[in-house]
Amino acid sequence: MSKIILETRGLTKHYGGVHALDDANFILHEGEHVAVVGDNGAGKSTFVRQVTAVEQRTSGEVIFDGQPVHFSGPLEARQSGIETVFQTLALADDLDVPSNLFLGRELFKFKLGPFSWLDRKTMRERTMEALATTAVKIPNVDNPIRNMSGGQRQCVSIARTAAFASKLVIMDEPTAALGVQETAQVENIIRGLKERGIPMILISHNLRQVFDLVDRIVVFRRGRIVASLRKDETDGNDIVSYITGVKGGSDATYA
Amino acid sequence: MAEATHGLGGLKYDPTKRTRAPEWNVFGALVLIVLIFEILNRMQGGSFLFNMRDNVDAIFNQQRLDIMILQVAIIGIIALGVTQVIIIGGIDLSSGSVVGATAMVTMSFAQTAMVNGNPNPKAIFGDWAMDLPVIVPIVIGLACGLFAGLINGLLVAYTKIPPFIATLGVMVSARGVARWWSNGQPVSFPTETYGTLANGDLLGGMTFGLLSWQGQNPAVIFVLLAILFHVIMTYTLYGKRSYAIGSNEAAARMSGINTDRHKVLVYAIAGLLAAVAAVLLTSKNLTAQAGMGVMYELDAIAMAVIGGVSLAGGRGSILGTVLGAAIFSVIISGFTSIKLDAYYQEMVKGAIIVGAVVLDQWRQRKRTRG
Repeated sequence: MSKIILETRGLTKHYGGVHALDDANFILHEGEHVAVVGDNGAGKSTFVRQVTAVEQRTSGEVIFDGQPVHFSGPLEARQSGIETVFQTLALADDLDVPSNLFLGRELFKFKLGPFSWLDRKTMRERTMEALATTAVKIPNVDNPIRNMSGGQRQCVSIARTAAFASKLVIMDEPTAALGVQETAQVENIIRGLKERGIPMILISHNLRQVFDLVDRIVVFRRGRIVASLRKDETDGNDIVSYITGVKGGSDATYA
Repeated sequence: MAEATHGLGGLKYDPTKRTRAPEWNVFGALVLIVLIFEILNRMQGGSFLFNMRDNVDAIFNQQRLDIMILQVAIIGIIALGVTQVIIIGGIDLSSGSVVGATAMVTMSFAQTAMVNGNPNPKAIFGDWAMDLPVIVPIVIGLACGLFAGLINGLLVAYTKIPPFIATLGVMVSARGVARWWSNGQPVSFPTETYGTLANGDLLGGMTFGLLSWQGQNPAVIFVLLAILFHVIMTYTLYGKRSYAIGSNEAAARMSGINTDRHKVLVYAIAGLLAAVAAVLLTSKNLTAQAGMGVMYELDAIAMAVIGGVSLAGGRGSILGTVLGAAIFSVIISGFTSIKLDAYYQEMVKGAIIVGAVVLDQWRQRKRTRG
């Protein structure tokens, strides 16, 4: 088996008395695309928030790219090579597309602390290139994204992730609010990542999409990982059984 | 979709889809208001903008232009800072009081020892503080404003109390400092050099055929600062961060922007600009009084709001505020020119501010409806 890019050991998150995530042992190999599925409140997003350090974990280990890591925040995670599309769009509505794409990693003509001079031309050109590879249609990249449709905005968000992806991409329900056509576009972006060999964790409720896109499916239920199945050794019914708790351990331990 | 699309890969680009800069609307409003006052003046046999007297060789009514520009300059400098604060989603109610406190402190270090052969009757400190080089009161004044701005910023960024409350507190306290400083007595008689700060001519009396008064410095400084901050807000990281924070603070933080530190910086700059206004104001009037700058914060906010700066944050520009300041000034001069009573002026001023905010809300709703 190829190199492991991300591994969590006993990853746990408690919110007060609520055990949102319990003893999650997760492995992602290089170039692998894994889907994380589960009911609402199963701990999928909590899991992502611990890995990307949006929240600090209660206990457990995260090993990324061969090193045990303890990121102080999402920025540090990103700087280490973990790109994330969050469920709530991390976009600034009043900024144009290039500004959003380069938010927090602007290019400069010269550096002068907070008054560093932006290299707007290069950022704009790179934006056009990034959007061109994703086949996203944006009427005018110089307009604030407030005026764009939900799908276009999501595409900007995903284009940002894809453009800067280096070691690992995490997408938290990227197509939840999208129409058919836009969903297809996003799925194309994801296939592009697969071709580039960039590993990904995809959180999704859409099993059709999951079976379409990923290599392996990890099922969360009540804060625990209850199954990790290769796509070719399972099917939709099987996954649903795990999600609903028909398979994979009784609820008694949580009663 | 329009015909004029051409692709870049899968990317469609339609130049007609580019939204018009909102500053054009503000500019249009300015022209319209000037036009209305011109018509109203003509109906009374005068002119708002133009010179009507045969014995004066000028195209424009210079007296009125002079007053308008001077009126706008000092509060306009405050508005430049307030604009940035509003863009990051905050508000600064303290600027008027900061002007008052800064004025008192600054003037105390700008005094001259002898007035018409007598010792300065308004002396605050001993001889050591008399006839200091002009740079001393300037630096002390700017430090005062910076200090007040830092308090605002630190309160907002690190105690997480609403900016409205934080700056309201500083507003009351700073006014207290202004009154306490000399027990409510005015501080007067600055050195001659200090007096020339606002009454002198940086441009050496160049008037471009427009301005006639002596001492256009406040206007010149206003314009220079406006250009400076327009450039900063448009072309530098500072501006990008400001708009990002005002637009979506969570996203800005998620993108790695240290939002707290940036807020402190923005409030500090606003304080600094209030101090610049205080120095110019005291220099212009050759005295400092504890009541200086009362209501300036509201005028400054009004200029920004009229200029299209959204109180919700994230939208607006320095250019918009400069145009807003011009509208503000035109309206006040316009009312005077048609001899409208001062009481009515304030009432209408209030209505215009509310109107501008209503317009902004309406525009916002229209935008989210798509």
